Amino acid sequence: MKAKLPWMKFLTQRLMFKYMLKKRIIPCLDVRDGQVVKGVQFRNHEVVGEIIDLAKFYSDSGADELVFYDITASSDRRAVSKQWIYDIAKNINIPFCVAGGIRTIEQAEDVLANGADKISINSPALEHPELITQLAKRFGSQCVVVGIDSFAHGSKIDGGDGNKSVYEVHQYTGDVAKTVVTSRFTPDWAKEVENRGAGEIVLNCMNQDGVRSGYDIGQCQLIASMVNIPVIASGGAGCVEDFELLFKNTRVTGALAASVFHKQVILIDELKTYLATQGVEVRFSGSKRYLV
Amino acid sequence: MGAVNFEFKGTVDFEYKEFIVRIAIIQSGGANFLSVSTALERLGVECCVTLEHDIISAADGILLPGVGCAGFAMQHLHKHNLVDVIKNVKQPLLGICLGMQILYDFSEEGDVAGIGVIPGKVKKFQYSKELIVPHMGWNNLIVKSDNDEDKSLLSSADNILCGLSLTDDVYFVHSYYAPVNNATVAFCNYGVDFTAIVRCNNFYGMQFHPEKSGNVGTKLLDNFVEIISSNKSQ
Repeated sequence: MKAKLPWMKFLTQRLMFKYMLKKRIIPCLDVRDGQVVKGVQFRNHEVVGEIIDLAKFYSDSGADELVFYDITASSDRRAVSKQWIYDIAKNINIPFCVAGGIRTIEQAEDVLANGADKISINSPALEHPELITQLAKRFGSQCVVVGIDSFAHGSKIDGGDGNKSVYEVHQYTGDVAKTVVTSRFTPDWAKEVENRGAGEIVLNCMNQDGVRSGYDIGQCQLIASMVNIPVIASGGAGCVEDFELLFKNTRVTGALAASVFHKQVILIDELKTYLATQGVEVRFSGSKRYLV
Repeated sequence: MGAVNFEFKGTVDFEYKEFIVRIAIIQSGGANFLSVSTALERLGVECCVTLEHDIISAADGILLPGVGCAGFAMQHLHKHNLVDVIKNVKQPLLGICLGMQILYDFSEEGDVAGIGVIPGKVKKFQYSKELIVPHMGWNNLIVKSDNDEDKSLLSSADNILCGLSLTDDVYFVHSYYAPVNNATVAFCNYGVDFTAIVRCNNFYGMQFHPEKSGNVGTKLLDNFVEIISSNKSQ
C-alpha cells in the first residue's frame, strides 16, 4: 500500500476536530473614574479593581474579548479619556471594545487610534441613528457595535413571547436618575441597527442585569434570529449552566458577563472546560486544549 | 492617533544594531497600527509606521496591515506610489487581513486590481441564513499539507507555522475571503474553505489578526520575525 490518499487524511482531520467559529466569552468591565466598578440593575456601583490589572487577568485566563464600558460618560455628556485605552492596548493581545459617550466620528477615531478594536455606541445611536451609518462607512461595520438596553415588560405574566411590545429600549442607563424609556421596541431597533450598518449588537437584558438568575433566553433568541449580524447576550449569568442554556437555545455568538467573573463565582477556564464537555465550541488558549 | 515615527528610534547601541530586526509598517490608510506595533515591540522588534520608500526598502521586514476596504487601500497605495515598491521588495513581507487580500491579483470588494504578488481573486462570503457575515471571532487553522501522512502536520508545513498545534484558534474579522489555492499554507472553514495563511516567495499573508490572537498570534508573529532574522543573516 502506497501512502494514504490525501482526501483520507483530510477526512480524518475533519472527523477528529470540529472546525467552526467559537462561541465567545466576554467579560465586561464597567469603568468609572479610572476604575472597574459593578452595580446591580445598573445601580449601587462598587469598585472591583484597577483597569489594567483586570484586563491582563482576563486576557490571561482565556477571555475571548473584553468590553470596557465607561458608564458615566454617556449620561454626563462627556467622552472617555483615552490614556487607559492606550494602556490596555499595550498590555493585552486579544480584541477589546470601548463604549461610552462616543457621539462623533472624531471621538470614535480617537478611541480606535488608541488601540481599541471596536467601538460600542448606545445612547448616542438612539439620539442620532445616522451616526451608526457614518461610523460604519468610515471605519467599517466590523468595528461598530451597538449596545441595546432592553427592558422586558410583563413578558411572563402577559404570556407575551413574540409580542414585540414587551421589549422596550431604555436610554442613558449609566445613571439611574437620567435613565429614560424610549418609544422604541427592541426588535424594531435591532433590525434598524443592522440595516444602518452595525457589525454587532450587544443586547443588555436589563431585568436580568446583575441578579445572576440566568440569561433571558426568549429575548436573546428572538433578537438573534431576527438579525444576520452577531448578537452578544448580556445580563443574568449566574452559573456555568446559564451559558450552556444560552448557547444551546439561541443563535447568539457570544455571552457577556461581569459580576460572576469579577467575584470569581465562575472562572473562565472552568466555564470553557464545562461548555466543551457539553458540546459547545469554545476556544482554549495556551496549553489548555480540548480534543473532541 | 499614537505617535507616527518616520525614523527608527535609536533605542540600542550602534554595535548591536545589526542583530535588531527592524520592521517597516506601511501606513495603509486604516487607523489601528498601535496593536500591531506594540505586539512586535513586545517581541523585541523595532518598528516604524511609514510611507517613505527609503525606509521601506531599508527595513529587514515589512508589514502591510489593513483595515477598511480594498478599493480605498489600493487607491491609497497608488497615491503614494507604493504598489511597485511593494511588488519589488526582496525582504519578507507580511500582509494582515486586508493587507493580505490586496496582495492578490484582484478583489471583488470594490472590483479593484490588487498588488498582484499572489495569484488568485478575493471573493465575498455568500449570504445565507446560517452564515453571519462578517466572519468575526475565533476559528481554527487547518494546515494544508501535501506531504506524506506520517509526518506531523505542522512540521511538514511552512516555517511560519513552527510550534503551532492543530487545534489553535485565531481571531478573524472579515467579509471577503481568498479561496484556497497552491499558495495557501493554512486554511479555515466558514461555509467555504478559505485561505488563512498564504505564502508566495517572500510574501506572507494572514487573513486573521495575529496581534489580536492571544498567545497563538504572538507565536505566529514571532515566527515571522524569525524568518526575517534568518533572511537577514544570509
